This record gives sequence, structure tokens and C-alpha cells, in this order.
Amino acid sequence: MSESLLSIRGLNVQFSAYGRSQQVLHDVSLDVPAHSQVALVGESGSGKTVTMKAIMGLLRDPPARILSGEIRYEGRDLLKLPPRERKKLNGTEMSMVFQDPMSSLNPVFTIADQLGTILKYADRRLGRSRSGRERMARVLEVLAQVRMRDPERVAASYPVMLSGGMRQRVLIAMALLSEPKLLIADEPGTALDVTTQAQILKLLKDLVADRGLALLMITHNLGVVRETSDYVYVMNKGVVVEHAPAAELFSAPREDYTRSLIAAVPRLTGGMRFGSAGARV
Amino acid sequence: MEFTLFLIRRILWSLLVLFGLSIVIFVIARAMPGDPARLALGPRASAEQVTQLREELGLNKPLVQQYVLYMEGLAEGDLGKSLLTRRPVNDDIRETFPATFELVLSTITIAFFLGVPLGVLASRFKDRWPDNAVRFVSILAAVTPSFFLALLLQILAGYVLHILPTTGRLPHNIGFVADMTGLVTVDALLRGRFDVFLEAWRYLLLPSIALMAATMGQIARITRSSMIDVSSQDYIEASRAFGVPEPVRLFKYMLRPSFVPPLTIMGLEFASLIGNAFVVELVFAWPGMAAYGVRTILQKDLNAVMGVVIVSGVFFVVVNLVIDALVGFVDPRVRIRGRRA
Repeated sequence: MSESLLSIRGLNVQFSAYGRSQQVLHDVSLDVPAHSQVALVGESGSGKTVTMKAIMGLLRDPPARILSGEIRYEGRDLLKLPPRERKKLNGTEMSMVFQDPMSSLNPVFTIADQLGTILKYADRRLGRSRSGRERMARVLEVLAQVRMRDPERVAASYPVMLSGGMRQRVLIAMALLSEPKLLIADEPGTALDVTTQAQILKLLKDLVADRGLALLMITHNLGVVRETSDYVYVMNKGVVVEHAPAAELFSAPREDYTRSLIAAVPRLTGGMRFGSAGARV
Repeated sequence: MEFTLFLIRRILWSLLVLFGLSIVIFVIARAMPGDPARLALGPRASAEQVTQLREELGLNKPLVQQYVLYMEGLAEGDLGKSLLTRRPVNDDIRETFPATFELVLSTITIAFFLGVPLGVLASRFKDRWPDNAVRFVSILAAVTPSFFLALLLQILAGYVLHILPTTGRLPHNIGFVADMTGLVTVDALLRGRFDVFLEAWRYLLLPSIALMAATMGQIARITRSSMIDVSSQDYIEASRAFGVPEPVRLFKYMLRPSFVPPLTIMGLEFASLIGNAFVVELVFAWPGMAAYGVRTILQKDLNAVMGVVIVSGVFFVVVNLVIDALVGFVDPRVRIRGRRA
């Protein structure tokens, strides 16, 4: 197997509060090869969000503590990088698409202001410089890339003036601003209705494919995985219980837990669930 | 356009509120025990003299008629004559209001520029020692009575350290009359008298600090809790994930969404201090309207009491209007929702 873009080895994370501690990640290892779409699946509390935060360097210590393990990005261990070097990567090499479009945008600043500010400091970290007008041009360009029909109007809007689907696309635009190589998507569209979510996933998939990005999709919904990923990691109680190429996982799940996740996917075609009597028609 | 409509609607409402206020105060002032004419003339005046003054003042007329007469005067901007000072109430208020306004303005300004940064500091270091220090200071400031603080400051700065004057607005011999806006500091600047400006600040400082403590404590506490609420929002986490530096996050992304509660508190305090400044005004012999109001209430000086209340009422309404406009400016959600409604 070729060198992965992102590679996690033996990650152990513990949370402590009020003198009690609990290990929430046990020996988590996963790989995201360049240009590939990988999913990390699990129910709430399975540790997928903690894994994501560890990758992005968002875990707060205290209460979180990384006991051991490494998170390598292009061969460099992020956990051993000096904070300044680590911060350079956020929003530039790797970006996050946030989950909730209703709460992930600052309500009191315009979209242009928020995207512009992120771009400004990303440029500064990378030692680039751009004039205000160039920044604005880039913001509009990215908004157009996420298929906004009227980027100027969207840029001048406050979040409350946009629909949920549009805000989710703004969040995707935010992640694309500095042309990252790795996109980490935290259940994008979960807060939206099913149709809009499907559109968002399609958009994300197209953008990733067009740019040859690597995507790590964090989700509890295997239906989403089937749409977006080639390789799947299943997490339960802080442990990676199974990992396999997506097709293989869906046709021949090895773990009971995976099977129950697959059974939990709502199906729009009618009929009964897997495993129940009526399904073998 | 929308703003003009909003303004017109608010002003009409405010007029209604002020009208109600005038009725309530008019009745209460007349229902208080004691005869204004007797109080004005003193215990040695004859019964005829008292009756004559009562007739002059129209106090023997029915209450409704008295009110109509008063409102007729008010419509022409005439607040009547004060029994206490034997001058038109208009003149008394024109003289005393700017003093109180200047005091309250400097009080609020200091409270705001100390309170907000303290709140931000506390929220940044939540549950660590800077937070504890800020919380301790703001609770202490909020519970210390202003008269106590006023006396303490007077003794300390005036009699022990001899660094600041303890009474009045300006030294008598300075020969400066604030005849433009009535605010000594502003007039001094307008007339280019920088020496007077500095001197005026020396006089303003102690009463402002005495009056400011409680408000500053409130603003610091509200800012802190509001900031802490906002800090756990997803959009702050998002700005962290995108590497927006901490000072920008703190003072831009967090402070602005947190700003509405302290702003609202500030407006309420601003308006209420106009009336509540009297303790500090009395201690520092500050020639303000709050102290004037208390003197006239004790004397049952009906016209003056009404005048002070109405001016305070108008001031309250204006300040709240300004604050509402500011809130709309700070938080676009308020603006946009207002437009839809």
C-alpha cells in the first residue's frame, strides 16, 4: 500500500473530569490515501468525533489527553509538530466541513466577512499576501464553485438570510477556500431534509472528484457512506471494529455491530428490513 | 426607510408612555401628605396667606382641571414655577440637568470601558484566577452602596492623599461658564480651554467612580456570562478549526454576538442613574438634577417634581431608543427579524 496522506496509528485518548477518567479511543488506526474517499462510521459516542477532533488538533487538554499514538500527515507526525507548525495546516492543508449549517456560521457577520477573515489568516500563516479585493474575488469564486447562483448576494448576506441548504454550501465553500488536500466532513447535511442532504452529498462528491481531494467522511449513516466512500472504518465504543472496501462491507459484513448498522439504514423502497421474514421476496 | 418607520412607531409609543407617566406622577405628587403652600410659606405664615397661595397655584381646583392646566403649560414647554427656588422650573432644570448628564455620561463611559474588557478577560480564563478576581471585584462593586464608596473615596483621595477635589464641578475662581452645551468638559474643549477640560475631569473623577462601581460590576458579569455562552457555540469551534487567531476570535467573533446583553444593561443603567445619582450628588455637592429632584420632593414642590420626572422620562425613552438602534446595528438578526415582522 502506498504512503497515505493521513495515517493514524494506535491512537489512545482519555477524558478526565472531576478526578475520574475514561479512555474513549482504544488503539485507533486508520488510513486515508491521497485522492480517496474514506468513511468513519459509528453511532453517537463511538469515538468518531473525538478521532476527528484529534486529527484537526481541536481536542482541549484538559479534559482530553492523548495518551499515545501518532497522526501522520504526509509523513509528519502532527502530535509532535510545534504548535505554530501544526496551526499552519488547519484550513490550508486540511479543512473541515462542519455538520450543522444552522449553528456553524457566526450570526452577526456577513458570509463575505467570515470567509474573508478565514482566508486572510490562512494566507498569513502560509506567508502569502492578497489584497482585500483579491480575497473577495476568491470568496466569490469559491461560492460559485459550490453552485451558488448569485455569489455576490450570498456574500453580502447574513446567515439568517440563507436557507439551511445554502448555509451548508457556504460551510463547504469555507473548507475549500485555501485549496486543501484533505477534507474532513462531519456528517454534512444531517440537519437538513433528505432531499437537500442528497444534493449536498452529491455536490461534495463532485467537488472532491474534480479536485482529486482526499475525503474523510464522519457519519452515523451508512446510507451516506454508500453514496460517498470507497473504504469504510466502523467504530464502536472507541474501537475500530471492522474496516473494508465499501462494496465488501455492504455485501459481507463480518461484525454483528456492522450488520446492525446496515439494518438501521432507512430504506425508501418500501418492504421490510434486512433479516426479517418479509425481506426475502 | 425601515428604520424611519421603526423610529416613528417607537416615538409614538414613547409619547403614550410619557403621557401615562405624567398622569401617575401628577396624582401621586398631589396624594402625598402635606400642603405645598404651607411647606413653601413656613410654619409662621397665616392661614389667609396659605389659602391665597393655594388659590394662586390652583390647588383648590378639581384634580382634572389642575392636570389640564398643567398639560396646557407643558404643551408650550412651560413647566411652571418652583416654590422651592421661586424660579421657573425650566431654568432650574436647564441649569441642573447638564451637570447630572455629564456625571452619568462619564460614569457610564468608564463603567463600559472597564466592565467589558474585565468580562472578556474573565471569560477567557474561566474558573482560573483572573476569572475569580474579576468575579470577586464585580460582586463587591455591585453590592457596595454608592454613598459608602463616595465617602470612602472622598476621605481617601481628598483628605488623606490630597490628590483630587472632593466637592463641586469646578473651582470658583476659574471664571468659566459652560454656556454652550452645559457640559463643562465639552464646552471647555469647544472653547479651546484645555486647562479647564483637565480641571473639570479632576472634579468629575471621584463622583463618577463612586457612581460607576455597581454598573461596571453588572456589565462585567453580564459580558462574562454572555461570552461564555457564545464560546461554546459551533461557529466559534469552526473559527478555531480554520485557524482564526485567538485575539480575533475573542474580540470579533465572540464579543460581537455577546454584546447585546451588556448593551441593554448599559441603557437601563444610564437611564436609571439620572434619577439615582442623587446620593453621590449630595455627597460631592454636585449641582445636579437628581439632588434637585430630591430636595423638591421633600418640599412637595409639585411643579418641580413633575418637571424632573418628565425630563427623566423623556431621557429614559431617548436612551432606550438609541440603545435599540445600537442593538440592531450590532446584531443583524434583530434588524432582519424586525423587517419581516
